[in-house]
Amino acid sequence: MTLAGSEAARILIADDEAPARARLRDLLDDCRDRFPLVIVDEARNGRDALEVVNREKIDIVLLDIRMPEIDGMEAARHIAGMAEPPAIIFTTAFDSYALKAFEVNAIDYLLKPVRLERLLGALGKTRVGPPVTRAALDAAANQPRRHLSVHERGKIILVPLADILYLRAELKYVTVRTAEREFLVEESLTHLEEEFADTFVRVHRSCLVARPAIGGFERSAEDGESGWAVVIKATGEKLPVSRRQHHVVKQFR
Amino acid sequence: MLRSMIAVNTLLAAAAVIRAPSLDDVASEMLAFAAYGEPMLIVSLALLCLARRWLVTLGYAGAYLVVAVFELALAYSFHLLAANVSLAQQMPFTQLAAITVFVVGISLAYLDFRARALSPAVAEARIQALQARIRPHFLYNSINAVLALMRSDPRRAERALEDLADLFRVLMADNRTLAPIANEVELVRQYLALEELRLGDRLRVVWRIDGMPPDALVPPLVLQPLVENAVYHGIEPSQSGGAIEIDVGLAGKQIVMELRNPFPGESRHSAGNKMAITNIRERLQLHFDAEASMRSEVKDGSYRVTIRIPYLTTAP
Repeated sequence: MTLAGSEAARILIADDEAPARARLRDLLDDCRDRFPLVIVDEARNGRDALEVVNREKIDIVLLDIRMPEIDGMEAARHIAGMAEPPAIIFTTAFDSYALKAFEVNAIDYLLKPVRLERLLGALGKTRVGPPVTRAALDAAANQPRRHLSVHERGKIILVPLADILYLRAELKYVTVRTAEREFLVEESLTHLEEEFADTFVRVHRSCLVARPAIGGFERSAEDGESGWAVVIKATGEKLPVSRRQHHVVKQFR
Repeated sequence: MLRSMIAVNTLLAAAAVIRAPSLDDVASEMLAFAAYGEPMLIVSLALLCLARRWLVTLGYAGAYLVVAVFELALAYSFHLLAANVSLAQQMPFTQLAAITVFVVGISLAYLDFRARALSPAVAEARIQALQARIRPHFLYNSINAVLALMRSDPRRAERALEDLADLFRVLMADNRTLAPIANEVELVRQYLALEELRLGDRLRVVWRIDGMPPDALVPPLVLQPLVENAVYHGIEPSQSGGAIEIDVGLAGKQIVMELRNPFPGESRHSAGNKMAITNIRERLQLHFDAEASMRSEVKDGSYRVTIRIPYLTTAP
């Protein structure tokens, strides 16, 4: 989101190390007279950062890459799915993989220790350039996310991967089924299948089932044709296995 | 010595297999060889060990010849001895002599090859190359932490910079020779002080080193890289942190060092860990050969590394 020239930028600092947060605070104080800003809050990991973004209006997130719980990369991917996402400036001490990926995908970052001039430059850029896109972040990431994010009324709701029973494509959305409820996410089933190849198995052109959620397989006779259906352990639901995916049944028996 | 014993025994077993007319005879042939081989091996090793200073003065070819003649003579005396006690299976002397020459030749050639491969110059060069390298991640984060302290707590910043300087002095030093374990423990303490600066109460350390002989010699940087791994893989990935436990003690004639840290299970950076482990293992081997060991295991959600090295107070 680009800011009006005179308005003070609302900033969130996310870093798991207290001294690193303190250092950024000091530097941001030094920036204040050249770049009006308010430090809204600080977060100690990606999960806390998402919680602050849900609660407060944030314009810029200074996001450390390596953090516990949810790392900076995953947090950024959830944030970038928002309707009006804040600008993200990554910070890192050293991460050769991430840096290479950032260069390739033109994602801005700051190296710790951060220099005042570089920080000012990165802050200034958030006023002119568009925020980093979800696609660029997905391309730069080398790890699958550990959550899917649902965006409801401007809030990010995280659905832990381990809770998901199956994913079903419908028109332009994917339905995410957990034991408790269903969510809609705006993602492509093909991309999800690629990202979470270890977790999900395709049983149908429009359906991915989480391996641990599979209770068994049953013979079914749908549309007059006999075939297999996969039984979801937690809910007892039966989902058809397409003829082309019959090998999956054998794999589990 | 251990290596020559293993080598000779392996060769004897191999010779027995070759000589045996059928598979059923392998065992009895092996026994026959052992009857000659084992006493000979023990007597040879004892005598050669006593004579080693004298042998060294002879030069390589001279010593080689002396050892071969000596082993032949020994073989002949055993042959006579065997005739007297009339072993079940007598072996003609020509055959015994041939085997003796063969075994001596192979053993000496192997030991020579090994000595060349591990000659001090080569070994030292490899130790230099293997010298543990600290993670850039740690260096930059530490400097960042010190910068953060500059304004609020200058004294603490000073101490941190002193620790960092000491740490890098050791990292940059010539670490080819063994050093007292007390130095290594001090180094680890300084390193951990820097990590505590960054991680605060997420990092807890338990030392159990009352039984440690402070004068025991160890390769420098034998513990620090392991502790660094423990912080990187065991503490940093967790918001609540955890405890690193360090035990150093004496068990018989061995120094035993044990390091334990929580294992979060989903280690996303295992390449660095393997590098440090391989590095230390190779340095242990270069310094102590087969007399040192290093083992790592994951058990009940914690990762444990155990190093055993001979207890030495003077360089070998």
